[in-house]
Amino acid sequence: MQTLNFEFPADRPAARRAHVGVVGSGDLEVLMTPQTTGTARVRVRTSVDGFDTVWRIVLERFFARHRVAGAFELNDSGATPGVVTLRLRQAIEEGRS
Amino acid sequence: MTSPAPTGNGHTNGQTNGQTGWNAMLARVGFIELDARARAAALLDDGTARELCGPFDRIESPWLEPQDVVPASDDGVVVVRGRLDGRPAVVIAIEQAFQGGGIGEVSGVKIAASLSLAARDTREGAPTVAVLLLETGGVRLQEANLGLATVAEVCSALLELRALQPVVGVIAGSMGCFGGMSIAAGLCSTLIMTREGRLGLNGPQVIESEAGVAEFDASDPTLIWAIDGGAQRTGTGLADVLVLDDVAAVRSAVIEAAGRGAPGEHRSRRLRESRTRLDAVDPADPPEPADLAAVWARAVPAEGDRR
Amino acid sequence: MSRGRNWTRALADGDVTAVVPSVVTGDVTLGADTGRLVAVVPDPHSPYPRARRGEVGLREGLALAETVTEALTEDAHLPDGHRRPIIAVVDLPSQAYGRLEELLGIHHALAAAVDAYASARFAGHPVITLIVGTALSGGLLAHGMQANQILALDDPGVVIHAMHKKAAAKVTLRTVDELDELARRIPPLSYDVNDWARLGLCDGLLNVENADDPTERDTRAVKGELAAAVERARRGPRDLGNRLNSPGARQTRTASRRVREALADQWR
Repeated sequence: MQTLNFEFPADRPAARRAHVGVVGSGDLEVLMTPQTTGTARVRVRTSVDGFDTVWRIVLERFFARHRVAGAFELNDSGATPGVVTLRLRQAIEEGRS
Repeated sequence: MTSPAPTGNGHTNGQTNGQTGWNAMLARVGFIELDARARAAALLDDGTARELCGPFDRIESPWLEPQDVVPASDDGVVVVRGRLDGRPAVVIAIEQAFQGGGIGEVSGVKIAASLSLAARDTREGAPTVAVLLLETGGVRLQEANLGLATVAEVCSALLELRALQPVVGVIAGSMGCFGGMSIAAGLCSTLIMTREGRLGLNGPQVIESEAGVAEFDASDPTLIWAIDGGAQRTGTGLADVLVLDDVAAVRSAVIEAAGRGAPGEHRSRRLRESRTRLDAVDPADPPEPADLAAVWARAVPAEGDRR
Repeated sequence: MSRGRNWTRALADGDVTAVVPSVVTGDVTLGADTGRLVAVVPDPHSPYPRARRGEVGLREGLALAETVTEALTEDAHLPDGHRRPIIAVVDLPSQAYGRLEELLGIHHALAAAVDAYASARFAGHPVITLIVGTALSGGLLAHGMQANQILALDDPGVVIHAMHKKAAAKVTLRTVDELDELARRIPPLSYDVNDWARLGLCDGLLNVENADDPTERDTRAVKGELAAAVERARRGPRDLGNRLNSPGARQTRTASRRVREALADQWR
C-alpha cells in the first residue's frame, strides 16, 4: 500500500460533497469535499505500489480539464486509469447540483 | 411460501414460484448487481433513506493501514435509516467488494450498535424493524480476534431486537453468507434468499483446505449450489423465502417479512424439530442434497404455516 | 488428553454426565450457587468423522443448545437474580469442517447454541466462560463468546483466535513468520493469551499450577474466580456492553467506542 499526495490548480469550487465507488478489486472510492482554496488537493491510498507517475499523469490530465477545487480522497484497490477517471467524473458530476 | 402481495407503489411481484409472468421478467431490475449502498436505498421507501456513520464520518478500521491494506471510509458496512412501506426501519448492508464483506471491529460494531439502537427505540415505543443484507465471508482475518468479538456482539444484539421486532435477513448473492455471520443469518426472524445466494458456515475453499478435496471439492459448482444455494436452503427450511433477483421482488418480500412480525417460535429455538431432523439422517449414509428436503419432510410432519 | 474434560471433572461436585458423548455437563458449587458446567470434549468414535477431536459440529451445537435451554426452563420459575450460573468450559480446536455438516446446516446448529447461551444471559443466568485450552473460530462463537464474563488460564496452551495460524496465513497471503511479526504490533492478530486479554474481552487471566490437569489448589482457586465472576455478572449488564466499557476496551477498542457514540448521536 502506498499513500500519494498531489495538488493541482483549480478555480471551480464544487457545490457540495460527493462520494462514489467502492474499495473493491479494480475499483476505488472517491470522497470529494468542496474547498475554496483554489486548488484540488488529492490524497491517494492505493493497494498497488510503484505507480506514482501513472497517478500523476492521470490526475494532472483530469484536473487540467475539470479544474474542480476541493479535497479529493481516493481509496484505491487497483483501479485502471479509465476507472479512476470515470469515478472522478462521477464525483464532480454529483457534486455539481 | 405464499407470494407477497403487490405493495401498491408500482413494484411488481417477482416470486420464483413458476407463475412469474413475462412482463415481470422483462421489467426486472437486478438486485445482485447493486453495491451495498444502492441495495439499502432500493429497499427503503423513496425519499426516506438517511445514512448513518457514512463515508464522510470517515470511521475507518484502525487495523488495516498498519498492515498495508487500504481502508474504506465506511469500513464496508452501510447503515441506513428510513421507512419500509411506512414502517420505521434500519437497513444494514455489508459491502461484499470490500475485503470480501469481512467483519472487522468497526463494521461489526456498526451492525451490532444499529441493532441495539433499534431495540432501544422499540422498547421506548417506536418499533423499528431491521433488515440485514448479508454478503460476507465472515470474520475479517486482518482483525481476527476483534472481528470474532464483534460477530458475537452482532448475534447478541440481533437476539435482543428479534425478541421485540422482526430482523429480516437477505442473502441475495454473489458472495453469499459464510463464517460467523452465517450464525447471525440463522438467528434472523425471516431469511430471504435468491437462487444466486449461498449460505453455509464453512465456505467450500475452507473445507477443502482443512479437510481435503475428497471431503469437499471447491472447484465443483454443482456440489456447492446443491448444498449452499438459496433453492436448497429454502427447500430444506433453513431459509424461508426464495425470491427472484429483482429489486421489486426483494423489496416486497422484505416488506412482507417485516409486516408479518415475529414468528411464533424462531428457527433457532425449534430444538425438537432440529433434533428430529438430525436424527433422521444417518451420518454414515447421508442422503443426496436433492433428497434432503423429502427426508426431513417425512421426519417432521408439516405443521402448515408455523407463523 | 482433554483439558476440557479434566477441568470439568475437577470442578464438578459429583459425576460428570454426557448429554452426548462429546458434550459433558456437571454441577459445581460456587458459594451459595450451584452452577451448571458445560464442555465440548473429543469423541474419537463420533459418527460424525469431522467432529471427533472436540470440534463443535452438528451434534455438539444442538446438544449445547438443549443443555443450556434445559437449565433455562428449569429455572424459569425462579426470581431472575436466583437463576443458576452456566459455566462454559472451553477447549476446542474449531467448528467441524465437513460436507455433511454444511449439508445439514451446521450454521443452524451453532445458531441454536448461540441463541440458548444469549437467552440464558438475558434471562439473568450468569453465563461464565472459562477458557482452559484452544478456543478457535466458529467453535468459540457457539460455545463461549455469549458469556457475561470470560476467564482464561494464563498458559501457553491457551490459544484464542479467529482461525488457526496456518490457515490464517494462507487466507491473508502471508507466511506464518510474517503473521507472527505483524501480531507483535497488532494485538487482535496475536495468538498469545496475554495479548488477547488486552482487547477488553477478558475478565480474568488465571494463574494455575497445572493447566493440563488441575491440582486441588488450582481447582479451589478457579472456583473462587468463577464465584467472583458470577457476582460481577449479576451486578453487570445483561447485554455485552461491558466488553466495550472494560479497561482493556478503553485502550484497544477506541474505534468501537467511537462508532457506538457516533451512531447513537446520528440515530435521533
